Amino acid sequence: MSTVTNEQVEARVVEALASFGPDPSQITRDATFEELDIDSLDLVELAQIVEDEYGVVLKGEDMKELKTVGDAVDLIVSRA
Amino acid sequence: MITGLGTVTPLGVGAATLHRRWAAGESGIEDGSGACRDFEPKDHLSVKEARRLDRFSQFAVVASGEALEQAGWSEGLPYDSLRIGCVIATGIGGIETVEIQHDVMRDKGAKMVSPLGVPQYMPNAGAAAVAMKHGLQGQMYGVVSACSGGAHAIGSALRMIQYGDADAVVTGGAEATLTEFGFACFNSMQALSPTGVSRPFDARRDGFVMGEGAGALVLEEADAAAERGATVLAEVIGYGSTSDAYHLTAPEPSGGPASRAIELALGDAGLTPEDIDYVNAHGTSTQLNDAAETAALKRALGAERAKQIPVSSTKSAIGHLLGAAGAVEAVATVQALQHRIVPPTLNYEVPDPELDLDYVPGEARPLSTGNGRAPVAISNSFAFGGHNVSLVLRGV
Repeated sequence: MSTVTNEQVEARVVEALASFGPDPSQITRDATFEELDIDSLDLVELAQIVEDEYGVVLKGEDMKELKTVGDAVDLIVSRA
Repeated sequence: MITGLGTVTPLGVGAATLHRRWAAGESGIEDGSGACRDFEPKDHLSVKEARRLDRFSQFAVVASGEALEQAGWSEGLPYDSLRIGCVIATGIGGIETVEIQHDVMRDKGAKMVSPLGVPQYMPNAGAAAVAMKHGLQGQMYGVVSACSGGAHAIGSALRMIQYGDADAVVTGGAEATLTEFGFACFNSMQALSPTGVSRPFDARRDGFVMGEGAGALVLEEADAAAERGATVLAEVIGYGSTSDAYHLTAPEPSGGPASRAIELALGDAGLTPEDIDYVNAHGTSTQLNDAAETAALKRALGAERAKQIPVSSTKSAIGHLLGAAGAVEAVATVQALQHRIVPPTLNYEVPDPELDLDYVPGEARPLSTGNGRAPVAISNSFAFGGHNVSLVLRGV
């Protein structure tokens, strides 16, 4: 059962991604990680933050499927 | 040919600042350490760059950027990128990253250690960051020889060009060890000055003062530099290196292997002791180094000639930058040759009766060459582990 809202997760993901370097205004649900220059090392860090905060474990194969910020938010919410 | 210089030191960001302030007798040492207090990563690096680089690599990138700009490379590389090398030394590597991630492991478990840990703390991270920033695709590696690293890097870069493997090399050294663990380790060796004063060659010297920063140089093959009309600042004309094979930390006391490094560098340059106008000493402010270096200089140059040559230590103004020291001091030496000024050994007030060279006390003085020829200087670097490196640099 989900205890966090989509909005909460999105806000946290945007905050985390912004700390990795991209301009916060560009971090929208539709923005791709490629556009944001978010690479595999950044995504591992994002997964660590998500696991720490929500207890959701994202593995390498999960991360490979993610293309956009929205993809990541939806996956996290579905497992939280 | 040296066409670009850059430094980040406790005296500030920028090679010109280092020269101006050291020559004016100013010290970058406060509270017993030479921290780069003026250095603010965000002034020089993007958020992404800054968070992906340990402090030592940040210094390397900023110093190299300055050197490339001075060389006139800002608008694009002047050679095939595959013919431009990058050799950057460090003594320790990203120790701050190791400490932070070790804390993370203890507090939150091994799974939470950052994926950026290894790429930040690996000793070749500085070289990799500089190469990536500027698209340098020739031979690229880090050099690891403790406090001789910066000088070894320059020697390796020189040989890479002389051998024909590169048209140009961006080289130097970087260090950032002013952490709790860094101080603890050097303190337990009793290497650091308990009074917090860097006074090389002075009778009261009681250890080195640890500093941080980076030095970078752009070396270009002479004909290639001339062809593109580059402004030459100075030239690396000799490189010599030996090993003490004596003790983990103490220098071989006779200065024999160290003197041989100086002789090899002079021979490589095709010069004699009569041709040397200035020595930028390793001069750490430890009892053992300063005595062994003085002995080595007298053996290599002859006791009488050695006494005629001004010898000063950059570490008196900025402390010991470990793997960055040789590079920063090469930059300082080049600027002494450019400006024809010998900066002083700060805090040298009480002569040690055993150490009888001219250590340039008090204030800077003109660098005289006697007959109007281009001035020539030696820059020495010695290290824990027994590494001895001597570079011979010639002004224009």
